[in-house]
Amino acid sequence: MADYKVPLRRYYASYTAGFFAFVVLLAVLERYGMPPRWIGYSFLLLTIFLYATIGVLARTTSVAEYYVAGRRVPAVYNGMATGADWMSSASFMGLAGTLYLSGYQGLAYVMGWTGGYVLVALLLAPYLRRFGQYTIPDFLAARYGGNLARLVGVFATVLASFVYVVAQIYGVGLITSRFVGLQFEIGVFVGLAGILVCSFLGGMRAVTWTQVAQYAILIVAYLVPVTILSYQVTGVPIPQLTYGQVLQQVQALEETIFEDSAEREARRLFRERADAYYERILTLPESLDEARRSLTMRIDELKSDNAQMREVVALERQRRELPKTSEDARNYWESQMRKAAQRGAAPEHHTTPYPGNGEAVNETARVNFLTLVFCLMIGTAALPHVLTRYYTTPSVRETRRSVFWSLLFILALYLTAPAYAAFVKFEIYSSLVGSSLAQLPLWVSSWGKIGMVSIEDINGDGLVQLAELALNPDVILLATPEIAGLPYVISGLVAAGALAAALSTADGLLLTIASALSHDLYYKIFRPKATTQWRLVVSKSLLLVVAVLAASVASQKPATILFMVAWAFSLAGSAFFPALILGVFWKRATHAGAVSGMLVGLLLTIYYMVRVHFDSIPWLGIQGIGMEPWLGIQSTSAGVWGIAAGFLTIIVVSLLGKPPIQETQDFIESVRYPEFDRW
Amino acid sequence: MKLERKHRDYWRRNLRLTAVLLTVWFLVSFVVSYFARDLAAFSFLGLPLGFYMGAQGAPVIYLLIIWWYARQMNQLDREYGVDDGESDD
Repeated sequence: MADYKVPLRRYYASYTAGFFAFVVLLAVLERYGMPPRWIGYSFLLLTIFLYATIGVLARTTSVAEYYVAGRRVPAVYNGMATGADWMSSASFMGLAGTLYLSGYQGLAYVMGWTGGYVLVALLLAPYLRRFGQYTIPDFLAARYGGNLARLVGVFATVLASFVYVVAQIYGVGLITSRFVGLQFEIGVFVGLAGILVCSFLGGMRAVTWTQVAQYAILIVAYLVPVTILSYQVTGVPIPQLTYGQVLQQVQALEETIFEDSAEREARRLFRERADAYYERILTLPESLDEARRSLTMRIDELKSDNAQMREVVALERQRRELPKTSEDARNYWESQMRKAAQRGAAPEHHTTPYPGNGEAVNETARVNFLTLVFCLMIGTAALPHVLTRYYTTPSVRETRRSVFWSLLFILALYLTAPAYAAFVKFEIYSSLVGSSLAQLPLWVSSWGKIGMVSIEDINGDGLVQLAELALNPDVILLATPEIAGLPYVISGLVAAGALAAALSTADGLLLTIASALSHDLYYKIFRPKATTQWRLVVSKSLLLVVAVLAASVASQKPATILFMVAWAFSLAGSAFFPALILGVFWKRATHAGAVSGMLVGLLLTIYYMVRVHFDSIPWLGIQGIGMEPWLGIQSTSAGVWGIAAGFLTIIVVSLLGKPPIQETQDFIESVRYPEFDRW
Repeated sequence: MKLERKHRDYWRRNLRLTAVLLTVWFLVSFVVSYFARDLAAFSFLGLPLGFYMGAQGAPVIYLLIIWWYARQMNQLDREYGVDDGESDD
């Protein structure tokens, strides 16, 4: 063990030093006039080259190496790999933005995504490691006996992981298109290549060691900009400690800004606009004809007045872009109405929990906060790509330590995210709001060009009001280097970090999907006699197929992508958590109980999500299925119902049947008591 | 397979530790958050206590829970002479 760790430490130390030297070199080159685009290319090429090198060096033909990295990953390194595996582009780019936009409510993600590790550490990881096979469906099959449990496990693994991996590849496409200027679709496939070079040849072994490398890059990239910003604003380079003070200043600014008369006016105008859209929706389809007529009239007027050609063309485009059918018009106007209503709503204080006017509103916010925390925690403890990481340590003891290291490395990012939100909010409230539209800061115009920031001077006073500002949440993180006035090389570093976060998660997820399909479905169910070589061939081919499939879905830019990520947690939680927990802690749980519980949990979650989130599914020809949420709980927390139903079903069905056979009882004991199965 | 008393003891102690730590986890996650509005009266590091607990307090307590569990269980393993195929380093 010990002699295995020393060279590892040396490799990664020199690797990190080399990466730093590279960043410094680029910074110097930038001074001498290297264009930003080249800096972007250098980061993209160098990091993907690095990951590819590790991937090739770690290639393997052994099944144990391919699926679980030979079970000799030391606790600390497994912790780092889990950190990178875990932190996706949603954590890296989205979290800071969510916290900026929703303040306290956003902390549900911080708590949920960290608290889940308590459940992993106490209830799952040590037992899974003692069981010591390859996948989560493996455990279900061994515990409950029979392939049906395995099959349901495979289905849930693929479902939850696939929506998640699509979101990662989508993130890769965004980053490459934004920083390197590649076309989005090409960016997606560049990302795909980056993912495949890591996982294709070396499976889990290669993925593990690239993830360690990716963790180093992503955490440095995350900490550097906000640390410098903290130093500039407060004089102390520890953002996690200083953002409290900054938030106090934000609080003071909020008091004046929220009550400002120009702000009130802007909000009122947005509300009026929302009402106008509402009016139009009510009077469909006449209102659509009316809109078309009035545009036509204005175009004719302008034409007869010999007005500027440009104006006429613009109006003609507006007329062309009017929704074709009244159904389209309803959807489009509803989204416009929601946007306007949001901007017109009274803003909330950043640190106020469960904000809003009135007891009922507060109560709904509280229920949604607590249920979201719950779903994210349970989902964390049930996502197969995280759990399989704890198969890779050398022993149960190392696994227990490894969960600690995982959370420590994850906290480095999660404790910093609220600081990003605070510092950027301070910057925006103190210098952007109230400034003249003619002299916007550089970062606003540069991110405005690609639509990430937009300002609409609705009250026409030539000044920026808070209500007039619309931000894409991702911009909070991406623009921080520019807000702090840092050189472009830091922006490149942030992009490399975001890329590392997305790639590492995608690697882990793809491998999990491929393993579930090749190991559980193909080898264990269809062809138990397949040779090890053939199994690896199947696994690698499936990896390729799934990767290309995910990339093609991602290149379609599915609109509901952010919701899908939150759904993955509810799906995984309701499918796996009850069956895994009761499998270890309740001997009486039976095969029939587990299978029915998993199915009921999963189906109820899907049912709730679909009916609360969609009113119609056009491609299935289903309409009018929308329903009122139960207790006001949003679709992102659908898992609450599924998890509860899952537990209940397993318990009831198990008690109705016969107790599990002796073999199963022995299996449970072997998972619980360490010395029994070690002959 | 016959269970000796020793193994029952081991499992009972494991369960007790797990239950205690899960209670702490539950209090920190759900009970404290439930009263977040009321905790706004207190402040810590410049932040209202409710906000602080969500942003830093709870995650750090989670880390401590996991650290304590690993430490206690690994000690318990040693006490009960569990050989996990690992030499301690």
